[in-house]
Amino acid sequence: MITLSVNGQSRQVDVDPDTPLLWVLREDLKLTGTKFGCGMALCGACTVLVDGKAVRACQTAVSAVEQRAVTTIEGVGTTRVGHVVQNAWSALDVPQCGYCQSGQIMSACELLARIAAPTDADIDMAMSGNLCRCGTYNQIRAAIKEAALALTGEVPR
Amino acid sequence: MSSSAPLSRRDFLKVSGLALTIGFVLPGAGSRALAAAPAPFAPNAWLQITADDVVTVFCGSSEMGQGVLTAIPMLVAEELDADWARVKVVQAGAHQAYANPVMRTQATGGSTTVRAYWEPLRRAGAAAREMLIAAAAEGWDCTPATCRTEAGVVIYADGRRARYGALVAAAALLPVPAAPALKHSQDFRILGKPLPRLDTAGKIDGSTRYGIDVTVPGMLVAVMARAPMPGTKPLRVDETRARAVKGVVEVIAIPNGIAVLARSYWVAKRGRDALDIEWDLGTMSGLSSAAISATLDDGARNADAVAKVAGNVDALAGQAGVLEQRYEVPYLAHACMEPLNCTAWVRAGEVEIWAGTQSQGPIQQILAKIAQVDPARVKVNTLMLGGGFGRRFAPDFMIDATLLSRAAGAPVKLIYTREDDMRAGYYRPAAVVRFSGALDAEGKISHLKADIGAPSIVAVTGFMKLPESGVDMFAVEGIADQPYDIPNFRTAYGRREPGPQVWFWRSVGHSQNIFFLESFIDELAAQAGTDPYAFRRCMLQGKPRYLGVLDLATAKAGWGQPLSAGRFRGIALAHCFGSYVAEVAEVSVEPDGTPRVHRVVAAVDCGMTVNPAIIERQIESGIVFGLSAALHGRLDIRDGRVQQSNFHDYPVLRMEEMPRVEVHIVPSAENPGGIGEPGTPPIAPAVANAIYAATGKRLRALPFDRAQLKLRAVS
Repeated sequence: MITLSVNGQSRQVDVDPDTPLLWVLREDLKLTGTKFGCGMALCGACTVLVDGKAVRACQTAVSAVEQRAVTTIEGVGTTRVGHVVQNAWSALDVPQCGYCQSGQIMSACELLARIAAPTDADIDMAMSGNLCRCGTYNQIRAAIKEAALALTGEVPR
Repeated sequence: MSSSAPLSRRDFLKVSGLALTIGFVLPGAGSRALAAAPAPFAPNAWLQITADDVVTVFCGSSEMGQGVLTAIPMLVAEELDADWARVKVVQAGAHQAYANPVMRTQATGGSTTVRAYWEPLRRAGAAAREMLIAAAAEGWDCTPATCRTEAGVVIYADGRRARYGALVAAAALLPVPAAPALKHSQDFRILGKPLPRLDTAGKIDGSTRYGIDVTVPGMLVAVMARAPMPGTKPLRVDETRARAVKGVVEVIAIPNGIAVLARSYWVAKRGRDALDIEWDLGTMSGLSSAAISATLDDGARNADAVAKVAGNVDALAGQAGVLEQRYEVPYLAHACMEPLNCTAWVRAGEVEIWAGTQSQGPIQQILAKIAQVDPARVKVNTLMLGGGFGRRFAPDFMIDATLLSRAAGAPVKLIYTREDDMRAGYYRPAAVVRFSGALDAEGKISHLKADIGAPSIVAVTGFMKLPESGVDMFAVEGIADQPYDIPNFRTAYGRREPGPQVWFWRSVGHSQNIFFLESFIDELAAQAGTDPYAFRRCMLQGKPRYLGVLDLATAKAGWGQPLSAGRFRGIALAHCFGSYVAEVAEVSVEPDGTPRVHRVVAAVDCGMTVNPAIIERQIESGIVFGLSAALHGRLDIRDGRVQQSNFHDYPVLRMEEMPRVEVHIVPSAENPGGIGEPGTPPIAPAVANAIYAATGKRLRALPFDRAQLKLRAVS
């Protein structure tokens, strides 16, 4: 048995310790908002926060996150940054197919927790690991800036 | 229900013999008509209104990002005069009532949804509105003509008002009008507005369910070792190590490969990875990109299926001043963000699938044949699609899941790994074009000849046939129907089938042919010494919709105005899927040969607009899709196998490469055109033409070869 802390709740799972966190979230815990895209940490669709840091759940063994706080898209709205980011995503109607958006939002949340008013270069750096085939990048950039404004009252450069 | 035509409520009541307690009931529409509550008013397959004033619209088209879950309700709500705040949308199941009037089957593709349903859905809304008015007029003892509607309310001339919800019981008793009147477009108050999408909330909090999120009690998860090329078979399979993986339940061979089944994806994948298979690639064992290129070139050189001819191009042969060039593109994968997947459950006499599919109608027929059941016993649950781009029109993943469920005797969820998705795929065809062109004394094009060598999509669809002419419309579209006033013009097609499975890919033949044509037109403009915009313009006289987008895009882009140092512009034009698009790309080329696209200005004429916000996003989306292909997209074949496997060697556009995009809409009173695909074709040639302006180098193949653009050190 492996004990996890996911979205503030303690959860126990009976899986091989090498199993990627992604599949434990999706199949054992039924938290399907975290998506499978590539299995190689190349697309960012599976991004979750572990102790506040963005990680690719497809390349993170479940045993590596024992005793650490995992936050997924289902739980991020209870954090201040997450709530503001989701509101900005909604106000700008960012998603198209939407499949990559959980991962995009998680990466954006980490960025804004780290840098209150990110520059375009900061956004490029933080978000270029999250692919979107629908091409919502400009809306994502605008939503991050809107969220930054809401969080700090400061207009990002 | 297996009726072949949409059932009206009255027909349904006649058939069912039920009194007026129940409306039009569709599979997958959810349970309704609770005994205590008044029956919802459901005059047709498209909508129901309940006593609480909520209007529910049933959408039979697939949402893959293009916005149908918003556009379809907007069409209904406009003519219903609904209160948009009370409109909900529900994904409908598979039913003939939802057949796309253009494709005559329930399917989503070809940028047809708004075009196909533009009139029938507005009529569906208008019919309901007339019935609500009639019900109110009856109650007020007045004539319907003295009543009007406004945002979910019927209003009598004396000021009395009745909410739609209060009228549902009375309206349900009335006949459905056969030919309800439609509004004049100037009276639209929903259509043409940039309303927010109805599917956003669940895509932001993770609650939207895609095909891959489905769980069916007792299901097994399958991962397959897929045949590397169509028709290839395993010579030898050793399952020992796969079966030894703890948790593997079953190993099953089906025509498309060998599947390992377990209770979870990770175990099934480990089992799949432990399979030891030697594939017999047969005649494809030596297949390479170079051989494919030579085969397609042979097709172009010997193209004899004439798609279009005007005047006479024979004079071109051997004439001085003739420009002859060869263009080429590779096979491409769709690379939807959601890897292909399907959950299937074959039970006695019936099949049920859960999938993100673009082809509910066709797959019902296909699976009925496979499982030998009546098509009406194939239940198709359409989930959200994590990208489609044509790939999810193909049946392979749904067929395989169904075969595996039948063999396993359990529900099976088949998930492709990203590598499976990319390597055993259905691809945008590789193609070669050989052009010859000549100018007249005034510097306009007098002759243009295009010979196309490409595989045929039509031939492999399973639902279309090549015409006697031998011309595959998808192989020649964009060139055969080119708009320029060229007196001597000929397009011919030479079909060649190198082996990889080809399929529809966002914008289909236009994706390569507009690159070919609009690049070659630019070459002829350069030969004429004429500005590329002016060159195109003078050959488009009397074609106001082409000129409209060309003029608007160039005006907004500042065509001819100075640019910051190192930046250059290119332009391209396309007419496809009923819409017109011009794009101007602003590009610089770095010393290492990397093209940087800084800004794209697009103008689109797609007729009357349903939702301009979605139109702008779809054009931008199409640009990103085309830009990924132009800058990065290629599948290389070596020893009969696709070499690329995942996003490290099949890169797609990233945030850091994203240009600024501006989309401008030409006002129009024409019927709507498609919007999911037309943004894609012009971007590759617009960028190629800008690269030429920047460097003097003409790149005649995609993706752009940076080595050709690299500045050589001057010694």
